[in-house]
Amino acid sequence: MDLIIVGQQLVNGLVLGSIYGLIAVGYTMVYGIIGMINFAHGEVYMISAYLSAIFLAIITSMGVVSVPFALLLVLVVTIFVTAIYGWSIERVAYRPLRGSTRLAPLISAIGISLVLQNYVRIGQGAKSQGVPPLIDGSFRFHLGSPDSFIQITMIQCLIIVASLIGMGALHYLMQKTALGRACRATQQDRTMARLLGVDTDKVISIVFVLGSAMAAIAGVLVTLNYGSFDFHIGFVTGIKAFTAAVLGGIGSLPGAMLGGLVLGLSESFFSGFINTDYKDVFAFSILVLVLIFKPSGLLGVAEVEKV
Amino acid sequence: MKKAIKDSILTGLVAFLVFGPISGLVLSGYSIEVHAERPLIMAVVVALGRFVFALLADSSHGLKLSAAIFGRRDGGVTVASGEPTLSPLLYLAVFAAFFLPFLLSKYWLGVAILALIYVLLALGLNIVVGLAGLLDLGFVAFYAVGAYGYALGSQYFDLGFWSAIPFGAFLAACFGMVLGFPVLRMHGDYLAIVTLGFGEIIRLVLNNWVSFTGGPSGVFVQAPTLFGLEFSRRAKFGGEPFHKFFDIAYSSSYKTMFLYFVLLLLVVAITFFVVRLRSMPLGRAWEALREDEVACRSLGINHVTTKLSAFAMGAMVGGLGGVFFAASQGFVNPASFTFFESALILAIVVLGGLGSTVGVIVAAIILTVFPELLREWSQYRILLFGVAMVLMMVWRPRGLVRPKRPFFAIRGQK
Repeated sequence: MDLIIVGQQLVNGLVLGSIYGLIAVGYTMVYGIIGMINFAHGEVYMISAYLSAIFLAIITSMGVVSVPFALLLVLVVTIFVTAIYGWSIERVAYRPLRGSTRLAPLISAIGISLVLQNYVRIGQGAKSQGVPPLIDGSFRFHLGSPDSFIQITMIQCLIIVASLIGMGALHYLMQKTALGRACRATQQDRTMARLLGVDTDKVISIVFVLGSAMAAIAGVLVTLNYGSFDFHIGFVTGIKAFTAAVLGGIGSLPGAMLGGLVLGLSESFFSGFINTDYKDVFAFSILVLVLIFKPSGLLGVAEVEKV
Repeated sequence: MKKAIKDSILTGLVAFLVFGPISGLVLSGYSIEVHAERPLIMAVVVALGRFVFALLADSSHGLKLSAAIFGRRDGGVTVASGEPTLSPLLYLAVFAAFFLPFLLSKYWLGVAILALIYVLLALGLNIVVGLAGLLDLGFVAFYAVGAYGYALGSQYFDLGFWSAIPFGAFLAACFGMVLGFPVLRMHGDYLAIVTLGFGEIIRLVLNNWVSFTGGPSGVFVQAPTLFGLEFSRRAKFGGEPFHKFFDIAYSSSYKTMFLYFVLLLLVVAITFFVVRLRSMPLGRAWEALREDEVACRSLGINHVTTKLSAFAMGAMVGGLGGVFFAASQGFVNPASFTFFESALILAIVVLGGLGSTVGVIVAAIILTVFPELLREWSQYRILLFGVAMVLMMVWRPRGLVRPKRPFFAIRGQK
C-alpha cells in the first residue's frame, strides 16, 4: 500500500466526511425531536448550493473584490435564506401532519423533495451550473522525493475548519444555552416539555432552521470545492448523509459528525483502493447493514419499543 | 380581519424570500438574469391564498365550510356491510377496455399499455404499503428484476415471452423474500430507507456490471410470440409471421395489440386475485398487522410469514409489470429504474388511497394518461405530483376513496 495514496485518501475522506457530517446534523436533529426522516433535507442542501452561486454572482457583480469578505457575505445570506426554506417546509408539509398516521410525514417529505427538485429544474434549467474558482493554492507535504507529496488545497482546509466551527457552535448552542435546553427537553419528552412551558412547536421550527443552516454551510463549501452542481445532487448526498447520521447513532449530534467522518473515510478508501464505480453501492450497503444489525449506531441509545 | 391581513402579508414576504432567488435570479454562466416578476406573482398568489384561509378560519360560516371540506380526516377503516359487491360500472369498464385496441392509434395503445403496467406496479405496491403497511421505497427493484429477468433470460438462456412471465414473477418474488427477510424487525421509516437502499443498490449493480448486464447501454429483448407466431414482418427465430399465418396484411401494431390483450387479461386476473385476497385470512392478517403489530403477534399471527408473503406477492406483481415493460419496449436499461419510478408508483398508491384497489387502479390510469394529454405542461408534471402528495397527506392521509373492510354477516344475524 502506497503511503502517498493512503495519505491523500485520508485527506479526501476527511473533507468528504465533514460535508456528510454537516448535512447529517439536520437529519439527526429532526429525527431526534419528532422521530421522522426529513427526506427533503438533501434537497435543502441542493438548494443552498444554488443559492450560494446566485448570491456569489450578485455580490461579485456589485463590485466586492475582497474574496474573504465576499465569501463571508455569501455564507451569511445563504444560511439565512436556506434556513427560511427549512422553516417553511416544516410549516407547510410537516406541521399539519402532526398526530397523523406514521407514514404520512414521510410521504409528504418525498412529495416536498420532488417539488424542490423540479422547482429548481424549472427555475434554473436542467443543465449543471457552476462558480468560478475563487480560492486557489494548496499545501504540499513532501515525502522523500519531490514528486511524491500529499496535497491539501486551501478550500479543503477551509471545509474542515468551517465544519469544525459550525459543529462547535451548534454543540455550544445545544449544551449551554436556554434554547438548547429546550431542544433537548423536547427531544426527551415532548409532552412533558410542553407541560413545563416549552413552546414545542417553536422548538421544532428552530430545529429545522438549525439543520438547514448546517446544510447551507455544506452547500456553500461544496460549491466552492467542486465548482459545479446540478439539481440532482441532493438525492445521493442526502442518502449518504442520512447513512452518516444512522451510522453515528441517529439523534446524537457528535454521532452525526463521527458517522460523517467514518463514512467519508471508508468511502474514500474504498474508491481509492477497491473500486470507484461501486462506491455508492458501498455507501448504501453500509446503510443497509447498519440499520439491520445495529440500528442504534455507534453513539446512539438503543430504542426501546413501548407497548 | 386585521390579523388575517397581517398574516397574509407576512406569508407573502416569506414566500417572496423563498421563491425569489431560485425563480427570480436565474444563473447563466457566472452571471445572473433577473426575472423579478416570477417570484412576485408567486408571492402574491401565496399571500392571497393565506388571506382566504385566514378569512375562512375567522367567520363561523368559513369554519363550517372548511370543516365540511377538511373535516373527515380521522384514521380508521369503515366496515362495508352486506355482501361485497362490485359495481356494474366496473364490469362495463373492463368490457370496454377489450375494445380499446380497435379504436386507438398505435401511439395511444402504447400509452394504454404503459398505463396498465403502472396499474400492475401500483397493485403490487398497494399490497406492501396499502395493505401490509410496510413503506417500500425501493419497489422499482422488483420492476427491474422482472424486466431484466426477461431481457437477460432471453439473451443467455433463449427465454421466450411466455416462459418469461412466470420466470420474471418467480424471480421477483424470490427477491422480495430475500430483501424482505432482513427488514422484518424494522418498521416505519427505517424500513423505508433500507428498501430505498436496496433499490438503489440493484440499479447501481445493473449499471456497473457491464460484462453481464450490458451496463448503461442496456439489453435488447426477444420480441414476444403467440404459439410460435412472430409479430415481425419476416420470421427471425424460425417461426412463421403472424400476418402470414392468418393471411392478413402486415401491420406493426399487431404486436402492441397482442401485448395489450395479454396485459389486460393479466391485470383483470390480478385485480380479482387482490380483491379476493383481502377477504381471506392472509389479507386480513396484513391489515391487522398494519394497524397494530404487537396486538397481532400476541393473538398468534405469525408476523414473519405474514410480512414475507406481503413482500413476495407485491414483488411478484411488480415483476410481472417489469416483464411487460421489457416486452413492450423491446429494450431495457438501468435509466428506467431510478428512485423516481419508486416515488411515482408510491404517488399513485397514495393518491388512489392506501389500500383501496379501485382507487389505485384509477389513479394509475389517470397519472399515466393525463401527462400525455397535457404535453405542453410536461415539465410541471413531477412538480404537480409532489404537490399532490403533500396536499393528499395533509388533507386526506387515507386517500380519496375511503377504504372499506370486507364484512361478513353470519346468516340470520345482523
